[in-house]
Amino acid sequence: MRVVLAEDLFLLRDGLVRMLEAYDFEIAAAVETGPELTRALAELEPDVAVVDVRLPPSHTDEGLQCALTARRSRPGLPVLVLSQHVEQLYARELLADGDGGIGYLLKDRVFDADQFIDAVRRVAAGGTAMDPQVISQLLSRRAQDKPMGGLTPREREVMELVAQGRSNGAIASQLVITERAVAKHTSNIFGKLDLPPSDDDNRRVLAVLAYLDRG
Amino acid sequence: MTGKESRVRSALLAAGRAFVLSFASIVGSVTLFVLAVTSIAFVLLGVGLVTTPWVLEAVRAHANQRRLLAATWSDVRIPVPYRHFPQDLRTGFTGQVERTTLMLKDPATWRDLRWLLTDMTAGYVLLTLSFGLLAYPVEGLVLAAGLWRVFEDSTYWYGFVPVGDQWTGLAAAALGIAIFHVGLWASRPLLRLHFVLARSALAPAPQQELALRIDRLTETRHEAVDTAASELRRIERDLHDGAQARLVAMGMSLGTIEALVEKDPAQAKKLLAAARASSAEALTELRDLVRGIHPPVLAERGLGDAVRALAMRMPVESEVGVELTGRAGAPVESAAYFAVSETLTNVVKHADADRVWVDVHHAEGMLRISVTDNGRGGAAVGAGSGLSGIERRLGTFDGVLAVSSPAGGPTMVTMEIPCALS
Repeated sequence: MRVVLAEDLFLLRDGLVRMLEAYDFEIAAAVETGPELTRALAELEPDVAVVDVRLPPSHTDEGLQCALTARRSRPGLPVLVLSQHVEQLYARELLADGDGGIGYLLKDRVFDADQFIDAVRRVAAGGTAMDPQVISQLLSRRAQDKPMGGLTPREREVMELVAQGRSNGAIASQLVITERAVAKHTSNIFGKLDLPPSDDDNRRVLAVLAYLDRG
Repeated sequence: MTGKESRVRSALLAAGRAFVLSFASIVGSVTLFVLAVTSIAFVLLGVGLVTTPWVLEAVRAHANQRRLLAATWSDVRIPVPYRHFPQDLRTGFTGQVERTTLMLKDPATWRDLRWLLTDMTAGYVLLTLSFGLLAYPVEGLVLAAGLWRVFEDSTYWYGFVPVGDQWTGLAAAALGIAIFHVGLWASRPLLRLHFVLARSALAPAPQQELALRIDRLTETRHEAVDTAASELRRIERDLHDGAQARLVAMGMSLGTIEALVEKDPAQAKKLLAAARASSAEALTELRDLVRGIHPPVLAERGLGDAVRALAMRMPVESEVGVELTGRAGAPVESAAYFAVSETLTNVVKHADADRVWVDVHHAEGMLRISVTDNGRGGAAVGAGSGLSGIERRLGTFDGVLAVSSPAGGPTMVTMEIPCALS
């Protein structure tokens, strides 16, 4: 699988390259700046891009903007965005086109190589990987709302993992329950939230976010 | 027709206002002048030390009332030049003495007294003219209507017309109508002239204005320096107790792991996990700290999106409207951001609101931000309230804060900072 990596800090870029190579990814390009990233995304047509939000030369949200622009010309281009901080604002912008293949994680998540690589693969396959912090912010904001209040603690746990983009299998192994139980929980949740049930990971996250966004 | 009607109405309105104001001018100004002069004279006897602040406060209130009327009735703006009392003023007799000294040293006090003199003389005459030109003609009409009979034996002078019979009575009426027309035209300008006169007496001289400006700058500079210093102290403490301590712990763990890795790999693995957890916690703390110093969204996106991101973190429903054509300077953006952040925190803590509206826009060289909630109201800028902290912060940029918060709500906090967008 071919990856374009954009990260301005040498140590982190180097570390990511090593990690991705160790997990059999092919590094198509590892770039430092926004313009380089734009060129790499257009010319190399990678399977997935791993992008830092803040890049030179402007040191603003250049990475995010490059990724969004690239996705406009190539819809569904899988992009995993890394940042020192996560904002719902950015999460919504990334998810807004509804094409999937979006990841948004704190840089801390690279500490756990297995989980991080899992997220990269999920995004490359057109799924979603949302940082647990984004989800918990969204959920705590809606904590007092009636439909959310109607969830049992277990359903809430499942809901958080669903919103992060995990599959039923992954949720089952994390919560140490059977997949059948997870499926039952999710259908209960979607029932309580008036969402049509669906097996597609990506559509599940979008549905959840759309619901949360509805405010 | 309607144009004429409205002119008559506005002239009559001005006359009515002048009539009411003339009492304040003659009774209020004379009384206050006498009291003030007496009180100041009695300072030598000691009694004046106690009474002077009260009397001068009354004079200031009287002058401020006139400033307010000048702005609302005739759109004449008179600046308020009084010096602020220091915040640590003592109470009781000593405080009162200090207050007397401070007030007597303030040039604005002496300008007030001089204004009282002009107000009770020239100011009063202007007011009398303003309503007299419309009231006097009534007498002319009454004379023509039949009152002239009373003066058949002795001549009565109406203006320059000697009234003695019906014909001269009619002449008086004609003169009255002429004066009335002058009055229609002149009563509003005369009222305005009264306020302009008040402005020339009350407004501070350029030098004094500069002195006031310097006072204000000194004050805000002190506050800015204090705030910056205490912020640095807070950051130092947070780093010292937080990230720094965690890095030390991590370094120690790594040292132990190095020693253990061959002897006891299982234990070393446990320590490695702990070290990783430590580093994650250090990162979280640093992230929170950074957010408190300069939020990353603000750096990346500017004020509008930073406020949006802030509102999204709020536990209450929020609506954000932003109209900015560019970005303000970084210090202004930061001050505005933290002002909004603090205001929103106040809303969550005290207002008991379930909705909040934030509006950010820039017009005529002013960044205007309003935060409105549908909570219980009753918020006030005062000692110890978060709002006075915001006011101080904005003061550094010549920004101002206004709060409208009737009991029962809604509360609206408005902030204005003069700045240019780039």
